[in-house]
Amino acid sequence: MSDPTSAEADAADDEPAEDAPAVPDVELPSEAFDAVLDALADREPGKPVRFEGFSAAPDEGDGYVFAAGDRPKTMGEGELHEALAERAAAVTDWYVFERVVGEFGPRRAFLRWIEDADGETVATRYAALAEGIERAWGELRITATVTDRGERRYDVRHADDAGVPVDELDAYEDPLDARDLVTFDEQGRYRPLKTAPSLAGGWAFPDLGPRDLYETVETIYPATVANWHREREGELDVTHWRETMERQSGIYGVVKTWDRGEGYEHVNWVAEACCDDSQCLKRREWQYDDETDLDVDGGDGAFPCREPCSVVVSAARKWTRLESEQPRTYEFDLTPSEKEQVEAIIDAVADGRTDEIREADTKEGANRYRTRFLRAKLFDDEGNLGGVPTEPDEE
Amino acid sequence: MQSLVIVAHGSHLNPESSAPTYDHADTIRATGAFDEVRTGFWKEEPHFREVLRTVEGDEVYVVPLFISEGYFTEQVIPRELRLAGWDVSEWDSDGLSADQATLVAEDIDREVHYCGPVGTHRAMTDVIVRRAESVTNDADVGEGFGLAVVGHGTERNENSAKAIEYHADRIAERDRFDEVKALYMDEEPEVDDLPEHFESDDVVLVPLFIADGYHTQEDIPEDVGLCEDHTEGYDVPETVDGTRIWYAGAVGTEPLMADVVLERAADAGADLGTALDDVRETTRVATGD
Ligand code: SF4
Repeated sequence: MSDPTSAEADAADDEPAEDAPAVPDVELPSEAFDAVLDALADREPGKPVRFEGFSAAPDEGDGYVFAAGDRPKTMGEGELHEALAERAAAVTDWYVFERVVGEFGPRRAFLRWIEDADGETVATRYAALAEGIERAWGELRITATVTDRGERRYDVRHADDAGVPVDELDAYEDPLDARDLVTFDEQGRYRPLKTAPSLAGGWAFPDLGPRDLYETVETIYPATVANWHREREGELDVTHWRETMERQSGIYGVVKTWDRGEGYEHVNWVAEACCDDSQCLKRREWQYDDETDLDVDGGDGAFPCREPCSVVVSAARKWTRLESEQPRTYEFDLTPSEKEQVEAIIDAVADGRTDEIREADTKEGANRYRTRFLRAKLFDDEGNLGGVPTEPDEE
Repeated sequence: MQSLVIVAHGSHLNPESSAPTYDHADTIRATGAFDEVRTGFWKEEPHFREVLRTVEGDEVYVVPLFISEGYFTEQVIPRELRLAGWDVSEWDSDGLSADQATLVAEDIDREVHYCGPVGTHRAMTDVIVRRAESVTNDADVGEGFGLAVVGHGTERNENSAKAIEYHADRIAERDRFDEVKALYMDEEPEVDDLPEHFESDDVVLVPLFIADGYHTQEDIPEDVGLCEDHTEGYDVPETVDGTRIWYAGAVGTEPLMADVVLERAADAGADLGTALDDVRETTRVATGD
């Protein structure tokens, strides 16, 4: 080296501030170097493989042209290896995304998003990865790290288990094992909607590679990455309520009759009932139709919902039937506290709070004793509230 | 890159519904015949509407894990997958002979091979027999045994009865069981009167369903008289009116079903290498010798 001091001085100028995380030392693994040679073997002279800050291309003979800045240099394989080994972080970064992650759009975009690969330099990312980059996806906490060979490793777990030592959790390796983790909620109830915020914790995939991370996330929240990717590309195909209901057939065909051209309040109620963030982590992007937005908030989820899901369509079928009934006036007497108690019971069921209400907490309207008392007092032998039959002619 | 997509009904209420789909997908994955194996559902996720966008391959085979041709295979699945220009005449089927149609799926703007349902494939006959072997734990079961294949009758879907008869006839031709009968849940000959339809003391009862659920776990056991109420459970075999009934549960849970999925894809042009042989071997019932 002709002038080592000035080169070092330049490097020192670029040195990040002291409290910024240090860029880790990375070795160049042979598979990454071999992959570069393979890539170069497929290239024509003058068509370089580009890395951050430099490039390499085959020359006209058996050698290579290595270019960092504006000084291309012809070299043999040994020297190329040396040059790449000195820049192992950038080479391994290329290797991870071009060879390990591959082209498939959603997977690639997701893994690049995790470490902000389209916004940050290799040095910044490797420094951040050395400390661990954390991302949220639904109820998941994903932590990305880098090994001293430049490989990415990921830990996935329930956000509630952030910081819990892995040996206190059930550890898994195979992404498909996640199918069993998403089937039941904490209380053993079947979860019909994978994006409901009822994912049970207590497990971790502590050491996944990039492809397996993607598979794990897509197993826990199916198609969320694919739809998020389409949205980022500006290509999310949203199918609104009207169109979705119009498409239904068979036993669901009846749902189209619920839209009577008299407004969309009923769809506001559906969205409030099912799509609220407390019920589903997807961000609802569908509206009544492409001209009429719903009045309820779609939520803040990372990944979009592009059309009413099958759970909503099934529920809509039920509501179509129920809502075809005409209201009637029923007359019975409640004390003011009883009216409030009925409201409290509805709230507790709607918010899924019944399990939290303690047995002896009679201050709560939805307390079991309070509710049983109300039933004992107000129901007749047929179970009619206030002794008033549902059908008038039943009297 | 070759991809397999298994599409099935799934359920909002019953986790057992999708279990066979996952099991067969795993069996096929283990053969390595496909670069990827994905599953999509009508009632679970990813939904039919969104499963294709999770698929990476350029040779895509879609196999419906359904018993018969009809509403789902002819209307719902092609519509939800957005198969451009789909018309049921593409299959040119008599209700049993749907094989495949190659159409562009608009969702991904790529061609997919949309296959006929597993239930009507000739290989399904072997799965019914294999199911009888599994439930009796006898790889040679047949002599001294009757076999009943049970499903919905024509009321729900004309083709459903066709599939049941088709397989029952094929098994009968093999002269393996003393008697083979097709029975129905909603028409004559009814499964309720099973002992009346058989002379054999032992009868294996195989419901032609993809997954265990209400029909196979509650309806049929109660109708046949295996139990008064399904919550009580029943033995295998259980004696009803002097006939020992070996109730097999849904045929679709039999591991050999993976073979039929592969056969469907192979018929549509998938390159499977030795996968068919591998699956037949790994899902075999021990011969007991
Ligand atoms: S329709 Fe509503 S409940 Fe269903 S997935 Fe979308 S946001 Fe969630």
